Amino acid sequence: MEFDLHMALVILAAAAATFATRIGGYILITRMKSIPPRMEAALNAVPAAVLTTLVAPAFFIGGWESKLALIVALFIGLRFSHTWMLVAAWIVVMTWRHSIGA
Amino acid sequence: MNRADFVEGLRGGSAVALASAPFGALFGALAVENGMSLSEAAFMSATVYAGASQMVGIELFGHNVHAWLIVLSILAVNFRHVLYSAALARYIGHFTPVQKFFTFFLLVDPQFAEAVKRGESGRQLTFAWYFGFAIIIYIPWVLISVAGGMLGGFIGDPKAIGLDILLPAYFLGIVLGFRKRDNFLPVALVSAVASVLAYRYVGSPWHVSLGAAVGILLAAVLPLPPQEADLEADALKSEVHEV
Repeated sequence: MEFDLHMALVILAAAAATFATRIGGYILITRMKSIPPRMEAALNAVPAAVLTTLVAPAFFIGGWESKLALIVALFIGLRFSHTWMLVAAWIVVMTWRHSIGA
Repeated sequence: MNRADFVEGLRGGSAVALASAPFGALFGALAVENGMSLSEAAFMSATVYAGASQMVGIELFGHNVHAWLIVLSILAVNFRHVLYSAALARYIGHFTPVQKFFTFFLLVDPQFAEAVKRGESGRQLTFAWYFGFAIIIYIPWVLISVAGGMLGGFIGDPKAIGLDILLPAYFLGIVLGFRKRDNFLPVALVSAVASVLAYRYVGSPWHVSLGAAVGILLAAVLPLPPQEADLEADALKSEVHEV
């Protein structure tokens, strides 16, 4: 089984970065009494901002079946769990590609 | 270690383990699809141990991106954990340094949510409970990543079986999980537009950092909400079944 040293080092660096975020708040909070409100607002926006950048271009460059699948998944996601979003998106894409034609 | 607490933790965590299993398998399959070996995928699950950022990692690995940018993107996705460990601080003061190390290493979203819930209930948050809850999620996560990778190896063209839509749909789900937060809509819209523009005119993978930076800056300059946001309640509201 191949185990690329370069890739392993990148993964380790990613693990260290992740651990840093998981201990960082503890270190900060035990040193300071409160987080400035604007910094907190910025921190709060981090996950939505980052993850949106992974969806939007995929929607933009994807074919019509991908666009439709993501729109359907969006509406499903407002009501139901993640799993159903994946199922719905997958059904849309598969139906389109295999019956309507790619 | 308190045996009863440990068992109670195992019981609570097993539900999370079940809920996150499909995502572990998905990670493994997509990792192999993006050129990772099984051992590398297992290594990533075991050391990074953060579902969403692992997905981001393999997505970028597949695009031949600079290593530092992959690490930076993973750091950005996991930044929310800073808030978790800050909010958890008051409950784990009595842990030993070694226990704290494991506490933070295993601090995934549902782990945080349940730990705070337990701490708030007035019962002492014991390391036995925390570790039991964590380990029953961690071990299946790593094993199921491998299983997913083995299945993924048999998959030919990912488009033919619709695998390519799963990652964006998965990320969309996580984005939606944050929709109750202040400024969610403006932040998401601005990041979406900025990332598409950056993708078009600057190129991948810069769309990730550029798009995110615009959304985060917007959140910092928008008028602050009238009430102090409650960190814990906020985090509890977000996806609880994510690893």
